[in-house]
Amino acid sequence: MNMLVLLKQTFDTDTKIVLKDGRISEDGVTMVINPYDEYALEQAIRLKEAGGGTVTVVCAGPARSEEALRKALAMGADEAVLIDPPADGDEYTLARVLAAACKARPFDLVLGGNLSVDNGASQVAIRVAHELGIPYVGAATKVEVNGGSVRVERDAEGDVEVITAAAPLLITAQQGLAEPRLPSLPGIMKAKKKPITKQTPADLGVDAPARTEVVDLKAADSSRQTKMLAGTAAEQATQLVRLLREEAKVV
Amino acid sequence: MDFDLTQEQRLIVDTARQFATDAVAPGARDRDRSGQFPDELVRRLGELGFFALPFDEEWGGAHDTLSYALAVEEVTRADAALGITFAAHVSLGCFPFYAFGSAAQKERWLAPALRGEILIAFGLTEPDAGSDAGATRTRAHRDSNGEWVLDGSKMWITNGTRAAVLAVTARTQPGERGHGISALVLPADTPGFTAQPIHGKMGLRSSDTASLSFDGCRLPEDSLLGEEGRGFPQFLQTLDGGRISIGAMGVGIAQACLDASLAYAQQRRQFGQSISKFQAIQFKLADMARDVELARLAVLRAAWLKDQGRPFTREAAIGKLYASEAAVASALQAIQVHGGYGYVDDFPVERYLRDAKLLEIGEGTSEIQRLVIARQLGC
Repeated sequence: MNMLVLLKQTFDTDTKIVLKDGRISEDGVTMVINPYDEYALEQAIRLKEAGGGTVTVVCAGPARSEEALRKALAMGADEAVLIDPPADGDEYTLARVLAAACKARPFDLVLGGNLSVDNGASQVAIRVAHELGIPYVGAATKVEVNGGSVRVERDAEGDVEVITAAAPLLITAQQGLAEPRLPSLPGIMKAKKKPITKQTPADLGVDAPARTEVVDLKAADSSRQTKMLAGTAAEQATQLVRLLREEAKVV
Repeated sequence: MDFDLTQEQRLIVDTARQFATDAVAPGARDRDRSGQFPDELVRRLGELGFFALPFDEEWGGAHDTLSYALAVEEVTRADAALGITFAAHVSLGCFPFYAFGSAAQKERWLAPALRGEILIAFGLTEPDAGSDAGATRTRAHRDSNGEWVLDGSKMWITNGTRAAVLAVTARTQPGERGHGISALVLPADTPGFTAQPIHGKMGLRSSDTASLSFDGCRLPEDSLLGEEGRGFPQFLQTLDGGRISIGAMGVGIAQACLDASLAYAQQRRQFGQSISKFQAIQFKLADMARDVELARLAVLRAAWLKDQGRPFTREAAIGKLYASEAAVASALQAIQVHGGYGYVDDFPVERYLRDAKLLEIGEGTSEIQRLVIARQLGC
C-alpha cells in the first residue's frame, strides 16, 4: 500500500506563545512534528512494516520544516516532499498545494493529523480529501487494512464509530492512534541518504490565493489571581459565591 | 567556529532527551532507593543504537563522540546511575575492543555489545593500584600449551557483575611501572572468575560496581586484546576517551541541579514573594548556569577534537575536571536553594550531590586530572 502522510512542523506544546509586531515570534522556540501528524506517520510506518508499500511524507511549510521531515525519515518514512508555501496563504491555499503534490504520485491511503496544535483549524486534511475527490474519515483511533479495504475505528465524541471504505481514502489521526517510536541511531543515519524533494507551488501548477484573511492576532489573557479563603467551610462557601458574583462576575 | 549541531546530532539529542524524560526520569528515585539495576533501560538504549554513537558506521554508529557526549548528558540529567552504566559500557568496555580487538574478538563481543545484548566491563583498577595504575599486580602467564593463566583481583569495576565479557589488564612480562602490562579478554563464565557487588555506595546506587577476583582463570591463546606489553598506553588512551563521557555526566548533573533549583525557586514563596526574586538565590542560579555552559563547551570541544582525530588528552582532562567540580558545586547550591526540602529524597537534589561526588573520583581523580593537565603544559 502506498501511503502519503501530511505533516506540519509546529511549536512544542510546552511553548509560551509570544507576540511580536502582531505576529507569533519563533525566537528560541523548540519545533516538533505536530503530535497528531506524528500519530498518523507512526500508523503509516506500521502499516508498511506489516503489509509492505511505501510512506511518503508531504509537507507545505517553511524551510525549517526540513528538520521535522528528517525525523520522519529517521522513524521509517521512505521519502519526503517539502513545498514552500505562499507566505500569505490560508488553509485553502495549503490544501490546494498539498493535493497537487499528492496527485503527482500514486497512493492508496493519505494520512494526516486530526488538527494541528498551533492553529487548530482542522481544515487542511478534509480540504485535501475534497480536492482529491476521495472519502474522508476523521479522528481515527484504529486503522486496519485488508486488501483494498480499510477498516477504521473513529472517535465519535466519545463513542466508537466503525467505518469501512475502499482505498483510496484519507484518514486523520485522533490522539493516541499509534504511539510514535523514537528514531533509532541506524534510522537517523539511514535518513541522511533518503531524498527530500523541494518544490514550489508553481512547480505543481498551483495558484490559489487565500480566501480568508487574518485581521488581528491577540494573546489570550492568561493572568491569574489567587485569593485564599479563610473560616469554616460554610463561611468560605459564602465568600466564594460573593466573589464569583461581585468580582469575577461569572454567576 | 560553528556552534550549531547538525540535523543528525539534533535528532540524536532530541531522541535522548525524550527517552530520558519519558522512560528514565520517572523511576530514578525508586531505583536510587532500591539499588535495582536498570536492565530494561540498558536494553532500550542498545535498541536505540546509542552504544554505537562514537564508533564507525560499519558498526552501526555515527563516528560522533560529540553526540555521544550529549546523549550521556541527557541520560545522566535524568539518572546518573544509568548514565555511568552507559558511559562505562561504551567508553571503557566497548572502546578497547573497537580500537584494539581482532576481527574475531569484535565479531564475537563488540557486535552484541553495541546492540545492547551484552555489557562489557573494563578491569583496570586494583585494590592497591588506583591512581597508580602502573602498580598493577594481576598477573597472566602462558602455560606450556600456550593458554593464558590469570590470577589477581580488581576493584571498583563498573558493570562488573553484569558484564558478559571483560577487558582485564594484567602484568604479562616482568617490568617496571607501565611496562609489561597487557589486556586480556575474559568471558564472565570462565572458571575461577568471581565478581562481587560492592554495597553501601554513597550514590549511583542502581549502577553495578564490583570487585573481581581471578583464581587461575584459563584463557585461550588468542585472548590478548591488542599487542602484548602495550596494555598501559592502551588504557591511557581508553581513559582519555572515558573522561569525555564522565565530563558529559558532570554537565548532565549540573544541568539537572539548575533545572530543579530554578523550578523550585520560582514556585517557593517566602516573605510574600517567589524566592527567585531574591538576589541571594539568583546568584546561585546564575553560578549554576555559568558552570553548565562552560562545562558543556569544554566537554564538547574535547569530543570534537577526538572526532577530528586530533590530540585531546589535555582538553578531556580539563573538561572532566571542570564538569565534575561544577556538578558537585551545583548540587551543594541546589540543596541550599531547596532548604530543608533539599535534604530529603522527595526532591532529587540530595541524590545529585551523592551521584556527582563520584565524578571527582572515578576515571582519574581531580588530582590526577590536574597532573595530566600539568604534564600537557610541559611541567
